[in-house]
Amino acid sequence: MAKVLMKGNEALGEAAILAGCRYYFGYPITPQSELPAYLAKRLPQVDGVFVQAESEVSAINMVYGAASAGARVMTSSSSPGISLKQEGISYIAGAELPCLIVNVMRGGPGLGNINPSQSDYWQATRGGGHGDYRTLVMAPNSVQEMADFTLAAFEYADRFRNPVLMLSDGVLGQMMEPVVMPSPKDYDIDSKKWALGYTGKDKTARNLCTSIFMGQEELEEHNWSLYQKYQVITDFFKANKELAVEEYLCDDAEIILVGYGIISRILKTVVEKCRKRGIKAGLVRPKVLWPFPSEIISKLADKASKFLVVEMSYGQMVEDVKLAVEGKKPVYFFGRTGGAVPSDFEILNEVDKIVRPD
Amino acid sequence: MSSTVERIILAGFGGQGILFLGKVIAETGMNSEKHVSWIPSYGPEMRGGTANCSVIISENEIASPMVTVPDVVIAMNTPSVTKFNQKIKAGGMLMYNSSLIERQEFRDDIRLVEIPANEIAEELGDQKIASLVMAGAYVKFSKLITLDDVLRTLPIMLKGKKQDMLDLNIAAIKKGYAYVEEKKYMFGRYVHSVFKGI
Repeated sequence: MAKVLMKGNEALGEAAILAGCRYYFGYPITPQSELPAYLAKRLPQVDGVFVQAESEVSAINMVYGAASAGARVMTSSSSPGISLKQEGISYIAGAELPCLIVNVMRGGPGLGNINPSQSDYWQATRGGGHGDYRTLVMAPNSVQEMADFTLAAFEYADRFRNPVLMLSDGVLGQMMEPVVMPSPKDYDIDSKKWALGYTGKDKTARNLCTSIFMGQEELEEHNWSLYQKYQVITDFFKANKELAVEEYLCDDAEIILVGYGIISRILKTVVEKCRKRGIKAGLVRPKVLWPFPSEIISKLADKASKFLVVEMSYGQMVEDVKLAVEGKKPVYFFGRTGGAVPSDFEILNEVDKIVRPD
Repeated sequence: MSSTVERIILAGFGGQGILFLGKVIAETGMNSEKHVSWIPSYGPEMRGGTANCSVIISENEIASPMVTVPDVVIAMNTPSVTKFNQKIKAGGMLMYNSSLIERQEFRDDIRLVEIPANEIAEELGDQKIASLVMAGAYVKFSKLITLDDVLRTLPIMLKGKKQDMLDLNIAAIKKGYAYVEEKKYMFGRYVHSVFKGI
């Protein structure tokens, strides 16, 4: 297919259609509104359903319903709207239903502002809702990945019967880059034997999608089975490192920069500038934020002597990096907030301070 | 300008066609097998104030798409010059719409290019195509995209629009290009800085 110049939000929408998603429920909020706008136009053309719900809470529960029926379904919002969806996400995780939730992050807390941000890392990776659950969290860093990761997200969601959260930000959503749309994937609704909509011949008992387990033993058994599933997901990404992480010039690196999303693009420029100045810098970019690629970072901590984590927050992912490094090496942090995207010059300055302290 | 990468900030009033101008440059780059990126300002300043976008065209893969130090600023109104003038890389270029921006000593370490975009657009019968005049002027300087590339891209971008609109846009681009080609953009003492190792 030919290259097209597209906004990240639109590329994600088109990729969702290619993934077989025919149901979108959402509510407008900047900076993700191009996504529902795009799908409002496209979904009716492919016999899909687009509903602008009366609220985010309502939209996520519509997702719950469609996912129970076995459909590929998604919703999207930006930070404050994602907070409103948390109750529904917890129920969906509890009922083990596949769906895609997109968060195009903006500044917070509260209403914050509409500028790009990465301050929802904790909410995304720790579960912003209640209960002992996990969502698989993916972090694209280009318009191409906004499309590619969307196809992968629907596959993972079905495979693990788990909600997948796409953690993007205002820059990735709004920027345009050339994108080659991935090939469409076939998906068979009848492969979901657990779904309420399953009508196969081997259907025996009544299917039930629920998150209520009143008995203590019953719920503990459910929690245990969820925990085991989360282990399976973790092991899957451990075994498929290339899906979980991108490493750049790490082999001989003395200082390793760590960042995700749009920040990782800036860090790549910083690494290149460092190398030109004779500083052996490398980059680790988690593509999947939960499960966090701790093992890879832990191994790098045996070789590299320092880490610098850069985020558009005052430090969230840095905690996961510290856990992975296990105190073996110092972990430094640099962050900007409020919509400021740190420049390569600012970060280079930080690297200088760390590498040449005097 | 470097022959491998051009980092551009385009700025003006909302409604001057800034985002479209950026798209024309980016899409032309893409159609010429270059790597490109386009980032709009989408903040509250868009409403009534300046609109701007950052475009990169590059021979190599674009790591950071953010433009902090532009090689080129294309300014359509005075607030845009005020906002971005000091950020331009030494040896870079400020191309400005002299129909709305008064000539002054902006900086002596950059190339200054004066294009009366609104006047040229008006000659063609429509003020709204002033941004396309700038596109034409810009490609005359670009090392990465050519006039042919833009003229090849525009019909793809305006597919489905009326033929006379496409013709008007093409005319604007050609006029802007010709204006630079005839060296009408050069003036006064700045002529010297224009050729000073740039």
